[in-house]
Amino acid sequence: MAAVIPPPGEHLHDRKNLQLIGKARRRVDGRAKVTGQTKFADDLQFPRMAHCKLLRSRVPHAIIKNIDATRAAARPGVLLVLTGRDFPIPYGILPVSHDEFPLCNDRVRFVGDPVAAVIATDPLIAFEALDDIDVEYEPLRTFSDPEDSIQHSEPRIHEYADKGNLHKLVSLQFGDVAGGFADADHVFDDVFFYQGNTHLPIETHATVGTKDPDGKLTVYSSTQCPHYLHKATAKALDMDPAHIRIIACSNGGGFGGKSDVFNHEIVVARAALMLDRPVKICLTREEVFYCHRGRHPVTMRFKTGVKNDGTITALHVQSLLDGGAYGSYGVASTFYTGALQTVTYHIPKYRFDGCRAFTNKPPCGPKRGHGTPQSRFGQEIQLDKIAVKLGIDPAELRLRIIEQPNTLTANFLTVRTIGLRECVERVVRMSDWKNKYKKMPHGRGVGIACSSYLCGAGLSINWNEMPQSGVQLNLDRSGRVTAFCGATEIGQGSDDVLVACVAEILGIDPHDVRPVTGDTDLGPVDLGSYSSRVTLMMGNAAIQAAERARDLLAIAVAKKLEIPKERLVFANRKVFDCENPLKALSFRDAVCAAETMHGTIGTVGSYSPPKSPAKFKGGGVGPSPTYSYSAAVVEVEIDPRTGWLRVPRVWMAHDIGRALNPTLAIGQVQGSIYMGLGEALMEEQEFRRLPERLSNALVHKFPSMLEYKSPTTLETPEMYIELVEDPDPTGPFGAKEVGQGPLLPIMPAVANAVFDAIGVRIDEVPITPEKILKALDAKAKGKDPRFGPASFPSVPYPEPIIVTPPWEGGDGRAANEPEKKHRTEQNQGARNAAWHDAQKLMNEKSNPEGASR
Amino acid sequence: MMRLPHFTYRAPKSVAEAASMLASGPGEAMLIAGGTDVLPNMKRRQQTPKTLIGLRNISELQTLTNGDGLCIGAGVTLTALVRDARVRIHYPGLWQAVAQIATPHLRNMGTLGGNICLDTRCNYYDQNYEWRKAIDFCMKKDGQTCWVATSSPKCLAVSSTDSAPALLALDARVRLVSAGGAREVAIADLYQNDGINYLTRRPDEILTTVVLPDPKGRKSCYWKLRRRGSFDFPVLGVAASARFEGDTVVNINIVLGAVASRPLLASKAAAALLGHRLTDENIATAAGIASDAAKPMDNTDFTLGWRKRVVREFVTLALRDLRGDDVRAERYRYALQSLEAVG
Amino acid sequence: MPESNSLTKQHLHISMRLNGEPREVSFASYKTLLEVLREDCDLPGTKHGCELGECGACAVLLDGEPVLSCLIIGAECDGREVVTVEGLAKDGKLHPLQETFADCGAAQCGYCTPGFLVTAKALLDRCPNPSREQIKESLSGNLCRCTGYQQIFEAVEASIARIAACRVSGNSEVV
Repeated sequence: MAAVIPPPGEHLHDRKNLQLIGKARRRVDGRAKVTGQTKFADDLQFPRMAHCKLLRSRVPHAIIKNIDATRAAARPGVLLVLTGRDFPIPYGILPVSHDEFPLCNDRVRFVGDPVAAVIATDPLIAFEALDDIDVEYEPLRTFSDPEDSIQHSEPRIHEYADKGNLHKLVSLQFGDVAGGFADADHVFDDVFFYQGNTHLPIETHATVGTKDPDGKLTVYSSTQCPHYLHKATAKALDMDPAHIRIIACSNGGGFGGKSDVFNHEIVVARAALMLDRPVKICLTREEVFYCHRGRHPVTMRFKTGVKNDGTITALHVQSLLDGGAYGSYGVASTFYTGALQTVTYHIPKYRFDGCRAFTNKPPCGPKRGHGTPQSRFGQEIQLDKIAVKLGIDPAELRLRIIEQPNTLTANFLTVRTIGLRECVERVVRMSDWKNKYKKMPHGRGVGIACSSYLCGAGLSINWNEMPQSGVQLNLDRSGRVTAFCGATEIGQGSDDVLVACVAEILGIDPHDVRPVTGDTDLGPVDLGSYSSRVTLMMGNAAIQAAERARDLLAIAVAKKLEIPKERLVFANRKVFDCENPLKALSFRDAVCAAETMHGTIGTVGSYSPPKSPAKFKGGGVGPSPTYSYSAAVVEVEIDPRTGWLRVPRVWMAHDIGRALNPTLAIGQVQGSIYMGLGEALMEEQEFRRLPERLSNALVHKFPSMLEYKSPTTLETPEMYIELVEDPDPTGPFGAKEVGQGPLLPIMPAVANAVFDAIGVRIDEVPITPEKILKALDAKAKGKDPRFGPASFPSVPYPEPIIVTPPWEGGDGRAANEPEKKHRTEQNQGARNAAWHDAQKLMNEKSNPEGASR
Repeated sequence: MMRLPHFTYRAPKSVAEAASMLASGPGEAMLIAGGTDVLPNMKRRQQTPKTLIGLRNISELQTLTNGDGLCIGAGVTLTALVRDARVRIHYPGLWQAVAQIATPHLRNMGTLGGNICLDTRCNYYDQNYEWRKAIDFCMKKDGQTCWVATSSPKCLAVSSTDSAPALLALDARVRLVSAGGAREVAIADLYQNDGINYLTRRPDEILTTVVLPDPKGRKSCYWKLRRRGSFDFPVLGVAASARFEGDTVVNINIVLGAVASRPLLASKAAAALLGHRLTDENIATAAGIASDAAKPMDNTDFTLGWRKRVVREFVTLALRDLRGDDVRAERYRYALQSLEAVG
Repeated sequence: MPESNSLTKQHLHISMRLNGEPREVSFASYKTLLEVLREDCDLPGTKHGCELGECGACAVLLDGEPVLSCLIIGAECDGREVVTVEGLAKDGKLHPLQETFADCGAAQCGYCTPGFLVTAKALLDRCPNPSREQIKESLSGNLCRCTGYQQIFEAVEASIARIAACRVSGNSEVV
């Protein structure tokens, strides 16, 4: 039996007797997915559809001197050839780095950067025509790693970088960190390296551009963020956004890899407009490796002061990110390497220095966990080292230092519920930790690690005061409810969340609700499926819209049944009197009554996150309505003769607030464990620099599914999972995120388990047999039993912005911040830099012979 | 879609017909059996034959018959071999090798002949056309330099077949048929250590049959090293077979795969064991000798230093396996399964 | 790059048994079965993730065996029997594997799902009561990036009982 309509002010998370929420169910789109009927972008076919292929740069860094596409354009079947001249306006995902062109204008910056597009009647014709395009390059110095970019500031990969080839340099200090270290009984100083890796969704990116019969533009794409694609397309094509419709098809996996705006999306949009016929592009697997936007390779230094009992006195984190050739989400990624340390453990004094370098490689960006797995890896391994040194069980150490709920951290992040204590206790119990840690035979061991993650970024990418998610409901006399929202189904189950929230409030079956999502023409804006924001933000918007609809129905039904509306219950597709359940209307009749009384029934809901108390520059990255927490124990088996490593078992407890649909929630945890193990053990986005005396080449080492090692069914361990449910007042029905957080503790837990098994530290991922054997060799020779970076490079970090922590009376503002006005000008300047550079170059340059026709 | 280039498909019904088709267009036609090797190469434009001669309709290539030992048609699929009790019981080394090739799907498609003739592999070669263009191509296709070792006069692409080392260890022979006639050679003589010309098979010849000798009294095994329990080509394969009188070795072959452009017979290591018992000490000596012979290059998964180092461990495992040690735990560790479920 | 224009260009015409129905189709001669199914037979349920035999997304049943349609030339499919994900349901009823995949969370994004489904069907056709190890082995040629495979294993296991129940009730049409 469902509850009576709650009086105003009652928190959603206190709701009892939920009908749908919390029960394991088949997802609403389950049938479509198992019958092959889910339409992915490449499944779309239109009459007269043409096909696009991109010519990509074969050199890592060069000025484009000339492009001659006459031969390609003359090929039978070729309809159009586009070059950078057709796309003078740059775009980008962050307002501070609009540094990409749909096709490169004057410069190529990595092998894979697109320089021309061929649109033909057939994909094979388009592909073969690419070889007929002659591009003349003037090579520039190649930057292959961040240290190279620190050493050499010229030539600059982008003029707008903070300094030379260093895209972003930041420093933040919260409290007297030096004093914190002075108060410590021990200071630990460790350097770690986290190799880059990529999302590898099984679906390769695909887009279809179409010109509608009325002349407007519609773009179907495998994108996680139709709203951002909408904005970028309007800008890059200089069009009225009201005349552009973006439809995000179901994504065949995203993991962050489809959250940026991609050049090919804008190219086929323009081609469709020019040709007045549908144009499709579907990338090859190799091209997806060039789109990338995956995990940044990060070198990190962690300096932590602790008391003998494990209490942390101060933490200083330094990070150096290899950003690749473009900005992407990189500024946010940089801040994220230093943002979330404080929401897990109590850190009274904290400093973070971050740097992102440009290099001539595919751009890095957000992959599941966005910028935080790297530093989580360092922090959790260092805690293990601290525990060993202090003689404290690593699980116990963590229990001692967990941050308190309802706290403002040193860097002004608002922590609400924390289920981490219970998570640690549960994995310790589930894994029989106390009988395994330090007690297994040589070669076998267990490791523990914890983590936390955002439930949606508190500040939107394009700063404004508008809602971050909107839901619109339409009900009619058939009893049908349609839920419109801009959110995108990428496999995580966002359509199911939307439907479940609406159906729960209206007391109907999920099957009665039709979700219409990911379509910028039909649904209100939702910012997209990234930053673990959809469940919390869309869920809250959906609840608001549904409650408003329920109120409209309740007024009409109360009148019809002649009872006070406070006595009405919505459940089992009925609306009835809680004191006399036989006094009831079917849901359909209730809608009829409402439609009769109010006219057409439509309601809206919207969600905006609470304002962050962080007022300093850089404080925009890290705030979230609330945070999820996870703890993991990983067991390893190692053959000390070969270093061969296998993970037979993983235990995980995740603080989810409330699981809206446990089947899906568990799936997210298991998928995170799987992906985390891939990163921990084998996945690498690696590059090959040929001998410089013979070649200028810098190529992706193996852009294929065969050589980019994604774990199979056989590597997958047994997984034991528990969900910790302590409803959070900010979440819909108390729910927090589950899509990203559970990935984070896996990599450090593996490293810690390796130490327990064979007594060596692997301070980098992936943790491969080669590295294990090298560390064992070092141990045998009496050297430091470790594999990892020897030192942290010298990075020209700026003077820190000083912020006083809340417990020392800080108000969230910096003591030494530049004027706000100045900052805005700076942003605006950076935003337009690439545009002005491009205009200037285009005017100066003799026109390359592009062959647009 | 990565389209195949245009080609003409021909489907002969007999070996003789196929051989005459092959003879009529020298250098322009390629054979296709399972297609799992040639089609990726064609999509990447590493190979662009004008004609594909499909072997799947030739029934004489699909047979498994008892001779002195076993005669396996080159067109028998890898799955059919795995499901054949004779192979499993009498030639466990071959069975273990075939059971670990690629994936279940690819074993359903791929044939024994195809795996024997598998193109040599290299990280600089097994790439799309545009990628290879970005490094100005390599010696094996369209270029001049071997990027694995730029001073190398010959191509260093790696022999990546699992079945061949096992078949060498079992002293198998292969039958080659051309329009001009047939010949049978020891499978060891089918290979040469050159990444481009890795087969002694003439372009007009069809590998039709693999002939395995009487297995009587011969023990055999195959140990494969790869990153994942599925999909991956070997970065090392160790095949071994031996006959014993009592505990004494009277005949032994040790063959290393994926450490050269051909399967490598570790003859010195084998010679060191002949007439001796497989004691831990003798095994260690032989493993050391074998590992000296292995010359892995930096063109596959894993680092070459580690791959070379593991040779010793894998030869040790193979010899212990022949000795009759219980190596199930080690099998599970590296294969990530017991292999019992394959089939 | 080698020119292919000079080579013979032609359309092929083949007939096959496709999802239980006779089907004639003509297509450009260079096309793979994957391309023929998706582009010429209007069956986009079969997916592609690499087109090189490295992911398993394009698996279909060819004469009952799971194979990778990206590495089979259409020319070789004349006279053969092909089953795709669209052919699993019968008479409006889902195959038990489809039911359990949907119920157990085995399909997240759903992109690798068609390949897993046909592969699992072939396993259960050959071996009605497989062990967990057999399930893992037979699905080891299908990559999934979403699920971590566990719910897929559970779905296959859950379907075993359902299929047995169908057999007992004589509803063999479904399986």
